[in-house]
Amino acid sequence: MSPLGVSVLSIGFIALICVAFAATLYRGEKGGSVIAALLAALTAITWFVAGRDGVDTLAIVAVVFVLAMVASYALRWLLIRLVPSTLATVFRSAPLTAMFGFIVIGVCLAMVIFAPFIAPFSESEIVSKAYAPPAATYWLGTDQLGRDIFSRIVFGARNSILLSLTATIAAFLLGTLAGLFAAIRGGVIDQTLGRLADVLMSIPALILALLLLSILGTNLVVLVGVVAAIYAPRIFRLTRSVAANVVVTDFVEASRIRGEGDWYLIRREILPNIAAPLIAEFGLQFCYVFLLIAGLSFLGLGIQPPTADWGSMVRENAVLISFGKITPLIPAMAIALLTVGVNFIVDWMLKLTAGLKERM
Amino acid sequence: MAPDDKRLLQIRDLRIEAMVGDTILEIVKGVDLDLDRGEVIGLIGESGAGKSTIGLAAMGFARYGTRISGGRITFDGQDLRTATEAQLRALRGARIAYVAQSAAASFNPAHKIIDQHVEAPVLHGYQSRSAAQDDGMKLYAKLRLPEPDVIGFRYPHQLSGGQLQRAMTAMAMACRPDLIIFDEPTTALDVTTQVEVLSAIRDIVEQFQTAAIYITHDLAVVAQMADRIKVLLKGEEVEEAPTAHILAHPKESYTRKLLAVRSYERPEKSRSSKTAQPELSIRGLDVAYRSGPKVLHDVSFDLHRGMTVAVVGESGSGKSTTARTIMGLLPATSGEIRLRGEILPWSFRERSKDQLRRIQMIYQSADTALNPRMRVSEIIGRPAKFYAGLEDRALHRRVEELLSLIELDPAKFYDRLPSELSGGQKQRVGIARALAADPEIVICDEVTSALDQIVAEGILRLLDRLQNEIGLTYMFITHDLATVRAVADEVVVMQRGRVTDSGARSKVFAPPHHPYTAQLLASEPKMDPKWLDTYKGRGSERPM
Amino acid sequence: MTDIVSLIIKRLGLGLLTMLVVSILIFFAVELLPGDSAQAALGQMATGETVAAMRKQMGLDVPAIVRYFYWLQDFVHGDFGTSMISHTSVAGAILGRFANSFFLAGFAAIIAIPLAVSLGVAAALFRDTIFDKSVNVTSLTAVSAPEFLLGYILVVIFAVKLRWFPPISNIRDGAEIGERIFRSFLPAMTLVLVATAHMMRMTRAAIINVLAGPYIEMARLKGVPPWRVIVRHALPNAWAPIINVVTLSLAYMITGVVLVEVVFDYPGIGQLLVDSVSKRDFPIVQACCLIFAAIFILLNIAADVGSILTNPRLKRPK
Repeated sequence: MSPLGVSVLSIGFIALICVAFAATLYRGEKGGSVIAALLAALTAITWFVAGRDGVDTLAIVAVVFVLAMVASYALRWLLIRLVPSTLATVFRSAPLTAMFGFIVIGVCLAMVIFAPFIAPFSESEIVSKAYAPPAATYWLGTDQLGRDIFSRIVFGARNSILLSLTATIAAFLLGTLAGLFAAIRGGVIDQTLGRLADVLMSIPALILALLLLSILGTNLVVLVGVVAAIYAPRIFRLTRSVAANVVVTDFVEASRIRGEGDWYLIRREILPNIAAPLIAEFGLQFCYVFLLIAGLSFLGLGIQPPTADWGSMVRENAVLISFGKITPLIPAMAIALLTVGVNFIVDWMLKLTAGLKERM
Repeated sequence: MAPDDKRLLQIRDLRIEAMVGDTILEIVKGVDLDLDRGEVIGLIGESGAGKSTIGLAAMGFARYGTRISGGRITFDGQDLRTATEAQLRALRGARIAYVAQSAAASFNPAHKIIDQHVEAPVLHGYQSRSAAQDDGMKLYAKLRLPEPDVIGFRYPHQLSGGQLQRAMTAMAMACRPDLIIFDEPTTALDVTTQVEVLSAIRDIVEQFQTAAIYITHDLAVVAQMADRIKVLLKGEEVEEAPTAHILAHPKESYTRKLLAVRSYERPEKSRSSKTAQPELSIRGLDVAYRSGPKVLHDVSFDLHRGMTVAVVGESGSGKSTTARTIMGLLPATSGEIRLRGEILPWSFRERSKDQLRRIQMIYQSADTALNPRMRVSEIIGRPAKFYAGLEDRALHRRVEELLSLIELDPAKFYDRLPSELSGGQKQRVGIARALAADPEIVICDEVTSALDQIVAEGILRLLDRLQNEIGLTYMFITHDLATVRAVADEVVVMQRGRVTDSGARSKVFAPPHHPYTAQLLASEPKMDPKWLDTYKGRGSERPM
Repeated sequence: MTDIVSLIIKRLGLGLLTMLVVSILIFFAVELLPGDSAQAALGQMATGETVAAMRKQMGLDVPAIVRYFYWLQDFVHGDFGTSMISHTSVAGAILGRFANSFFLAGFAAIIAIPLAVSLGVAAALFRDTIFDKSVNVTSLTAVSAPEFLLGYILVVIFAVKLRWFPPISNIRDGAEIGERIFRSFLPAMTLVLVATAHMMRMTRAAIINVLAGPYIEMARLKGVPPWRVIVRHALPNAWAPIINVVTLSLAYMITGVVLVEVVFDYPGIGQLLVDSVSKRDFPIVQACCLIFAAIFILLNIAADVGSILTNPRLKRPK
């Protein structure tokens, strides 16, 4: 620490911004210069209002950001060299954000599969006094009952992700089948299913979930069922609209007047042509489901204790925030990272399958 | 600067690149173009020739994803490649104007026609708003638009396609530019409308002595408009010569092919015997869309074995509706369809598998007619498996046989996806799929209109050969008289849902004509550069 | 014009019908519960007689369908029933909180809408530049992050570290407007972050869609300067999608309001709903759900009517 009250971190960060600003100016990238200038202004303001600590925090954020970029870059470099050449061209044009998404999903999957091997303790084991600070044995400290937060995050990944995945798959099976059926049959079936979906969608997802859960209680089966019922209409709508575009094409008409049955039409003519938007939609809906379940758990109506879950962990330790501790934010950040990662990949996929409508 | 005062536009070694995914393709490869004041040059070529790209480059404009990468473009002494955006803006709309292919999409739906008309003259400081508005009405009158004083106060969606195209020409004329780029202005129009728009455009261009670049794929159209014609192929010039010269003495074989394409004609077959039972007989068909007005009125005709009936008409004539009714996609309110004397149910769902097999269809757009996720082997193999129950080796052999029949090498094409085929090859696969069912009747719905003319001729020849070899009966739906002349034995002319004229081709096309047939025949552009003048003598303003 | 009027009337009718179906759903969902409110009110120990008397007193002895119509009638007249826990009027409990929530959402919307629309237009204009890409990444992150994370981050920075704003938004009844703004600043900013990101992404998509139209190219080829291309040629055709985007995002904000109110302990209707759900106080849950659904449906109707009104083809029939 220097006598000026500036740490090495801060100096490095400011130097980095200056270098970036100079580089963008030199290369004539106006947008880049503007962003570097904005960052500089942000740093100055932070310094002014929050002093050295603030700039240090910014610097740490920047370091994490740069590390994530480097890791994504490395993954892309690896993928281009490891996969067959036809796929390599796809990855070559992939944005770093998508690579970052793959890394996040990879880490999450590892936690889901190997949770008991990664976590040093079990999810409900009380190992210390409450709110122990981070230490060698408890990397992230302990929670309000003295359970190891890191272990709970690892097991929480398993619980939250598996639950959301189950609910999404259930919603998808329901929604896709109904959507395809409506698109092919049209007429009364289409109208009825459409109106039903309209009604279910005219109550905001979280509100409907709260209503149903308050009545049906909060066990896991009910949770999966309720979430699937809430999201199935959204998937139904999308499937119906993309399938309807395929149903009216000449090649489907040719199949129909050949005398082919509905099942052949769905399996061979329609599904292969709507697979790409459906997969992208699966990613998006998984994010929504994941956020909804996290929100419900945060409100105390999702996964019930003592089962570890990211959403409820935020709520349980929220008290710490008023003491300036960021431990409760870690599971919240984990939630954000996973959904951001999936969204980044979906964004890339939507661009890849050009011609698909830009979605939010 | 300008060595030659007459010279308005000079393009030298123009190169334009396009970004396709990650790769850069050169789509215009060193084209030169010279244009004098008041002169009209025609750019002709098939799709992918780079004609529109060159036309836009003459305004210093490149579409999103393309880039002018080399050469010089000099307009009236000013280098457009080094000009600033502001300088280019001062030229565009004022001294160089553009008429787009689709007027319906190129007019802003939110503003009145006249408001869009006056935008350029007011913006460029040529005229006040009211003066520009009055001038607009005069231009509308000159272009023979109905009610020129009020038509401008309508919105684009309230006008017909032919009216919009003329309004757009008027808009291009608003600042009396030195140069207008016409980018396929009549391609989307019906023939009888096309001829009116063509003559209106030509008169006004002549009257104001405007130089023009006229872009089209139709040699007969460009022959009416241009002093000189430049033939383009894949971004390169094939040849350039004065119009009469290029029509009479084409130097390059490609130009000769383009010229010959409309002259393909196969001899007419006549019915073997009048008494023979028709393959398909259509009697008194009335069709209405759900709760709408009738779209077909009392349509009757027969298809005879081994012969081709061409059903010809403009958009809205009901020719495609007739086909859809025959296929069982649209029920008729009265009338009957008999297949070899046996009455066909209206809905394809109620027809037997054998009835379905006997009538097959080939579609206009091979792009949407083939499942993009299916390999050629399955596209062609499925009907053979479905109807004849072929499996494994037998199926494989049958698919190979069909591929050979449509002149595609089985070894190369068996496993391809539609995206790996050219337009003509896709259409051939579409034909093979119809043949795979082993049909008796094939309905061809505008099968050549989405194709380049040379490719289209190949398809027509193939269909003719197949008819002779297999003894197929064709119903050919088309709006193009050249296609009718090329393939038809008998002709059915339709207009607004009714059959107006029918009979053997030689009879329908020989005088005395039915009035509507006569109008269709007269509207068809001829290679003769004088054709439009002779047409005008007879041309009459039809209400839209 | 008759086309438009009939379309709007149709849309309103459909909305009313949906509302009715939703009310049926909300009413009968609670009916599904084992036992009834009389039992619940008296507890498990009550004898059959007392329960029966209570039922009569609560009007539970008539068939559900009849009670539904009474319930609906009362609801329309502003009588939302009586809380099962506090035995006070639900309407009284909701009214003040509804105003608070409305204030919070309005506060957020006033900042978010102009910000999002201008950011969206800018991103569409500078498409594929570094500006566009960073806005894209940032907004995607904000859309993906749970509301409570954004809320707590603001708390850590502005309430705990900088001490500019209170971490808890305990607004007293009848607080001054300045005080209200001060105390609801952080929750409002959380909503602004989420809603802006959402709206901005959809606005960008809508504008890019419009800019791809051939009439935009035509305008450029007439020598129209870029600002005029946007203002005169793109925006008139983009209003419909933008209005749609804005209203739908406002509807989407409802979820945000609930979570944000819990994070900041804000005395709004969302927090009331969550409390009542955990206490299983069904009259309040029903009322809150119906209000949220009504707002959601109204916003959806507004979106549709907005696009009908701004559609030039519908405005001026052939």
